[in-house]
Amino acid sequence: MNDLRDLYQEVIFDHNRNPRNCYCMKGANRTAEGFNPLCGDRLTLYLKVEDGKIAEASFQGSGCAISTASASLMTEALKGKSLEEAERLFQAFHGRITRDTGGAAPVDLGKLEVLSGVSEFPTRVKCATLAWHTLNAALEDKGEPVTSE
Amino acid sequence: MSGVKKPVERRLRGEAVPALDVARIRADFPILDQQVYGKPLVYLDNAATTQKPRAVIDAVTRYYEHDNSNVHRGVHALSQRATEEYEGVREKVRAFLNARSVRELVFVRGATEAINLVAATFGRMRVREGGEILLTEMEHHSNIVPWQLLAEQTGAVLKVVPITDSGELVMEEFERLLGPRTRLVAVAHLSNALGTINPVRRIIGLAHAQGVPVLLDGAQAAPHIRVDVQDLDCDFYAFSGHKLYGPTGIGVLYGKEKWLEDMPPYQGGGEMIRQVSFKRSTYSDIPAKFEAGTPNIAGAIGLGAAIDYVQAIGLDAIAAHEHSVLEYALAAAEEVPGMRVVGCARAKASILSFVLERIHPHDIGTILDRQGLAVRVGHHCAMPVMEHYCLPATARASFAVYNTREEVDVLMAGIRKVREVFGQ
Repeated sequence: MNDLRDLYQEVIFDHNRNPRNCYCMKGANRTAEGFNPLCGDRLTLYLKVEDGKIAEASFQGSGCAISTASASLMTEALKGKSLEEAERLFQAFHGRITRDTGGAAPVDLGKLEVLSGVSEFPTRVKCATLAWHTLNAALEDKGEPVTSE
Repeated sequence: MSGVKKPVERRLRGEAVPALDVARIRADFPILDQQVYGKPLVYLDNAATTQKPRAVIDAVTRYYEHDNSNVHRGVHALSQRATEEYEGVREKVRAFLNARSVRELVFVRGATEAINLVAATFGRMRVREGGEILLTEMEHHSNIVPWQLLAEQTGAVLKVVPITDSGELVMEEFERLLGPRTRLVAVAHLSNALGTINPVRRIIGLAHAQGVPVLLDGAQAAPHIRVDVQDLDCDFYAFSGHKLYGPTGIGVLYGKEKWLEDMPPYQGGGEMIRQVSFKRSTYSDIPAKFEAGTPNIAGAIGLGAAIDYVQAIGLDAIAAHEHSVLEYALAAAEEVPGMRVVGCARAKASILSFVLERIHPHDIGTILDRQGLAVRVGHHCAMPVMEHYCLPATARASFAVYNTREEVDVLMAGIRKVREVFGQ
């Protein structure tokens, strides 16, 4: 059961029970939809981008503990980041979870480190990365819903 | 709890079905004897696919070691043996479904291909613009999408019979929707997401009274309910071998001879032709007309062994055993705080779909997995069912002949553990 604790850390439960930035944002200028039909996980990401920086980030949706906590932690981490920094964070996070850093040295993910246990559970990687793929879509301004399945 | 068990006991007494020696049955399934994450495997994902008894594994191996050859086209000994075995399975399937003739049985990849075959041939022959195909809200995607494709090609319309919150068909709606435009009724015999056994006899009676043929999707029912296609009088019946303890990639379409005779071929190629020229080809008699190309010979032989295995135990005995396990599980589920069973039809078999308060099914699946428990989580290829209950997904335990009440106890302890991990 110990490895379950690596996946389900207290911080994750906390963010699952009380997700941060979980609201529909009025005045968002970037939004994107994420949907994993096999799991039924679904979320909408809202960003308010001002002067090339993410002034505000929020999400709404429903999903498992991992996907909800990941979205919650992500929106916290995004605030104040430039679009380039957000893009780099996406790459770093994705590389860590999928264990594919393309040879680059692992980056310290700060508070997001609590999600690194997901890499031990290959079937759950898509849960942790859904919000991030949705972020990527919002940054690229893709009009269509994205999936991590 | 006792109130729930009584009907089963009565049924068991009434039908005088002998109790199964489940320990002996379990010993027939080599895969069950293993540990997962250091815990004994408890395999409860039988609605997705069942495990295979030694007899099936051996039949496939024996075929490849001794008889492997192409069927219907060789004069040599091996081809003759392979052909005899392959066609012998058709007779086993005939007896299993009590079809009139082996001519009514087409080997396909599985129930999905069987339904696609009917949609592509019978559907295109019979369905025109404005015609209606009557389905139900509880269908598996494989009994929805082939009809959607047909509707797109022909301009036909899909009509959907709704379900109640307990997971039963609203039969008044069925009667209302069944009309002069209805060209075909396609219904699951047993719902894979809810476990509901549909009143197929009544459905067929009502449909036939209006001259409408009925296809039954028997993918879930075939391993759990004794099927007699003559008694049911269904026009088509589809099932998959791998849910019946047989190999993957083999299944059966039963079709009444009169329909199969009329239907155009499904795929073109070898085996299904009588004569080919560039001007025109003529086709084989049924069922070969629908079996283009070299078939899944080993799969069919494995299916034959699976049918022998099931018949030796007896479907009534299997159904009674599974029912007692299901009733036990339903009663145990009531004792788990926050656990809600989805699908409480009065006639129900083998499936325990459930959700836990404030815990997503995917989290349930992962935590159960680490305890050696294999269950399915997700939409079970029945997204309209999930939509009906406003659920993104459910967890589903599904039982087979080798499952026991002790395994249900392990499942319930596992579910309590899920709640504990989530601090509930």
